Amino acid sequence: MSTGIIEVPGMIALRIIRWTAWALVAVVLFGAGAIALGWLQVEKLGLRAQPTVTSSGVPAVGGPFSLINHRGERVTQDTFKGKPTAYFFGFTHCPEVCPTTLFEMSQHLKELGQDADRLNVVFVTVDPERDTPELLKTYLESFDPRIVALTGTPEEMAAAAKAFRIGYRKVPTEGGDYMMDHTSSVIVTDAKGDLVSLIDYHEDEATALAKLKKALAL
Amino acid sequence: MNPIHFGATAFLLAGLFAVPAGFATAQTAPEAYRAGSIMVEAPWSRATPGGAKVGGGYMRITNTGPEPDRLVGGSTAVAERFEVHRSTVADGVARMEPVTGGLEIAPGKTVELKPGTLHAMFVNLRQALKPGDTVKGTLVFEKAGTVAIEYVVGGIGAQAAPAHVHGHH
Repeated sequence: MSTGIIEVPGMIALRIIRWTAWALVAVVLFGAGAIALGWLQVEKLGLRAQPTVTSSGVPAVGGPFSLINHRGERVTQDTFKGKPTAYFFGFTHCPEVCPTTLFEMSQHLKELGQDADRLNVVFVTVDPERDTPELLKTYLESFDPRIVALTGTPEEMAAAAKAFRIGYRKVPTEGGDYMMDHTSSVIVTDAKGDLVSLIDYHEDEATALAKLKKALAL
Repeated sequence: MNPIHFGATAFLLAGLFAVPAGFATAQTAPEAYRAGSIMVEAPWSRATPGGAKVGGGYMRITNTGPEPDRLVGGSTAVAERFEVHRSTVADGVARMEPVTGGLEIAPGKTVELKPGTLHAMFVNLRQALKPGDTVKGTLVFEKAGTVAIEYVVGGIGAQAAPAHVHGHH
């Protein structure tokens, strides 16, 4: 006991306080980092990758929305209940992904024949400023007549995107023009509006059709 | 090296490379358009839905010369503007970015504009594109200059150049 460090009770107490303080700082930093990361994923279009389908629970997709269809009528989430529904978010100033998806959906509807009447196919624009009901009506004339297109005010559109966990973002191009980045997966819900599956843009025709058939219990 | 010498050397080199390349492709790709060291093959487009203001252009561009070149612009008879974009679909998100500063075509390389990646975009279409149509256009390269081409229009969801077309001779 003659040499070495003597731990007086006061010093021990100080050390405990210091450790506790550091631990608190670490917790706060971790929390802030996690929140920032979550915000980045949701707000910056990364979206939370994709809502995952699990056997035990249903991801919350398809909350309340209120939009205008291509015939100028007001529609809400309830309009499409009672039938499984395939939702696709896009825009008409889209050279590739959107026409391709609508074309493929038209092919699927043709393939489903009579059963296609038991399915809603809904195209929601992420570019409500340019996609008016009139323009959407003309646009849809090139696809299966059963497909419905929706637009609204930018606020109504934002609310619908949030309900479906959809990301979208304006990308400026030449001459003050813009393109849209957007979630490209088709969201398939059951007749109650709960998520059944997602159809990825790259998925082959047979897989996509199988997912629609499953939603129709075929 | 003074500019005239440099130019002459480049011209000779381009000539050396261009001749064998010309022989090699003459049998396989009749629908090729050329200017200088640049060869453009099988330009095609897709039919557009009603009211659509944009269309896509696809093709293969090969630089047969020894120096890099750049696609810096272009035009079509059907739209106000011509842009080159790169699109991707990853993790369920479709993204698009304009290619700025020209699209580089490296010496001896082929750059393919096709669905899912690089494409030309015809902005502010003045008319709808229908399957079987042909669309006249130009491509402007930094070194090779202007190339007049003709796009053949396929169906709305077409993933490759229309098969029934044999192009220009």
